Amino acid sequence: MKARDDIAKSLAACGYIADGELATAVALMQLLKRPLLLEGEAGVGKTEVAKALASVHATELIRLQCYEGLDQSSALYEWNYQRQLLAIEAHRGQPDTIEDQIFSEKYLLERPLLAAIRRARPPVLLIDEIDRADDEFEAFLLELLSDFQVSIPELGTVKATSIPHVVLTSNGTRELSDALRRRCLYHYVDYPDVDREARIILARIGGASASLALQIARLVEGLRKEELRKVPGVAETLDWAAALVGLDVRDLKDQPELVHDTLMCLLKTHEDRARITREITARLVGKVA
Amino acid sequence: MSCCGATPDHEDLDAVARLLVGRLGAFVKTLRDNGFAVGLQEGQDAAAVMAAGYAGKPGLLRSAFKHLFAARKSEWDRFDGLFDAFWLGKRVRSRSLVSGAAPAANSPSLKSLQDANAGQSGPQGATDQIPSDDPPRDAGGEGRSEGASRVETLADTDFRRLADPQQVALAHEAAARLARVMRTRLTRRDQVRRKGQRLDLRRTIHRSISHGGVPIALVHRRRKSKPLRLVVLLDASGSMSAYTAVFLRFIHGVLDTFREAEAFLFHTRLAYVSDAMKERDAARALDRLSMMAQGAGGGTRIGESLQTFNRWHAARVLHSRSCVMIVSDGYDTGDPALLGREMAQLRRRCRRIVWLNPMLGWDGYAPEARGIKAALPHVDLYAPAHTLRSLAALEPYLARL
Repeated sequence: MKARDDIAKSLAACGYIADGELATAVALMQLLKRPLLLEGEAGVGKTEVAKALASVHATELIRLQCYEGLDQSSALYEWNYQRQLLAIEAHRGQPDTIEDQIFSEKYLLERPLLAAIRRARPPVLLIDEIDRADDEFEAFLLELLSDFQVSIPELGTVKATSIPHVVLTSNGTRELSDALRRRCLYHYVDYPDVDREARIILARIGGASASLALQIARLVEGLRKEELRKVPGVAETLDWAAALVGLDVRDLKDQPELVHDTLMCLLKTHEDRARITREITARLVGKVA
Repeated sequence: MSCCGATPDHEDLDAVARLLVGRLGAFVKTLRDNGFAVGLQEGQDAAAVMAAGYAGKPGLLRSAFKHLFAARKSEWDRFDGLFDAFWLGKRVRSRSLVSGAAPAANSPSLKSLQDANAGQSGPQGATDQIPSDDPPRDAGGEGRSEGASRVETLADTDFRRLADPQQVALAHEAAARLARVMRTRLTRRDQVRRKGQRLDLRRTIHRSISHGGVPIALVHRRRKSKPLRLVVLLDASGSMSAYTAVFLRFIHGVLDTFREAEAFLFHTRLAYVSDAMKERDAARALDRLSMMAQGAGGGTRIGESLQTFNRWHAARVLHSRSCVMIVSDGYDTGDPALLGREMAQLRRRCRRIVWLNPMLGWDGYAPEARGIKAALPHVDLYAPAHTLRSLAALEPYLARL
């Protein structure tokens, strides 16, 4: 309980404008020692949650970006073959000792997952876009997340020195397995409401006035309600806000032409660009001011 | 309200705790009835959450439980209503109630459709409008010959006349065989091979140790293949009722074999049924399905169902190596222009669209329905699927994808 309020405060202190429920999720992560699975559209700030979490705990953020074909050697560990080859050459003639030598710590390259469980202080482990990795990797991850130990055939079992705070994110390009979902706490990250988005703009873009931030947030909300192929996320809003501030716009109503021309920060497909005509932009601007 | 009445007194606290644990068990059961996958571990964790002081405020407890019990967006959205109904005694919004709480026996279900069919009640409902007595039609000899001896007598029987459970089992088998021959696709995941494109340094060096470090035997890796993804959209409307049961079996067989397959059911709206269909036992799968089949046997709105699919499911379910298989007779009560638009959008997202129409196998049938006319320009293969032979004839086509 107290932990939850503290977390809410420190999240705000480190510049992450969270919705009320996220603090609960983070507090539960600690209470139940479960990973947190974040789902939501692209660009709603899922990765930012992990970054904020790292600064709340004042600890390191270790990130593993998933992709199709991600395997053990790039996620967990790999031997340093070049050094091993050199060592074999250098110790030619003593074949008995060489095997023990080249399969020791010195020749081991840590990858994110192994690094995360061998830190003295528990880091935040961000497993980004887990839906891009394939089922095989998901199964492997599940095992790691429940045991927090890794077996390296040549070296033996490596037990975790600290249990990392694990955050998984997913864009929903593939359905995740029930087993992984059950293992995790679930939080759906939605687009922020106008008020929260305005506060995010204020926190992130220096030089934006409160009224401009509110106008931008309102306009983006209006835009999200149009039928778009690619709905703009928070990252796009921030880009656009930075562009407007850079172009010295004080009030959206003053420069509707400029507003329309800078919409390229928000609309990322040709169809969306064509759909939002000057008239629609004018209507949206009229609504927010 | 039991969850917020805790007093500092020790004995009272004990009593409250016992009461809460009892209520918690009932709540977990409610969630399970509503299709949440809640295990023992979650129950224990929920008790731990309550003990940690979250039980003090309903809003906080709801938020904590939501993170714990929900595992996907749909559950996340429904959770608040269920929580309020259970703990705070508010009325549940009707949507979350129909989606599972209603006893299966009371709702018109696919199971009952199937049973009715197996019990030889024959074509029912809307099928009356169409000729029901046509002779089995020769599919033209393009069927595969393997296994023909057992399937022979069945091969040309219209699915509408498949009544005997044994015949249904054979249909299932044919579906499973169909799934197996689907060609596999290349992935970036490697496999150790003696010959391959990339060197596996780790294994190469390990083997070289016995030669004093001279890598004599090189170990390679090469790409592993993976099956193509199949997405089936099955029409479960009244006009299709005679075929729905067999196609459900077919889809069940396909989902069993394919690791990458998804299934949807549509009539007036679209339902995601892959999870239910992945149940190993076909009868149990159909049981689970019956919960989702609200309104099965009614009219069809193909266009709107496709719109739902494109909007909410396509991004997750489809990729460039997907084949979409629509099984429908094309009798659409919705707007054909919408259907055309949505088909065009679907076409852009996947590799192939196959439209299977059971009625195409009937003599003298021409695609007259407005819906199907609007859809046809976007379809890669438009084929009959009213007999096992016609299903088997699809094999070579799907294998070429």
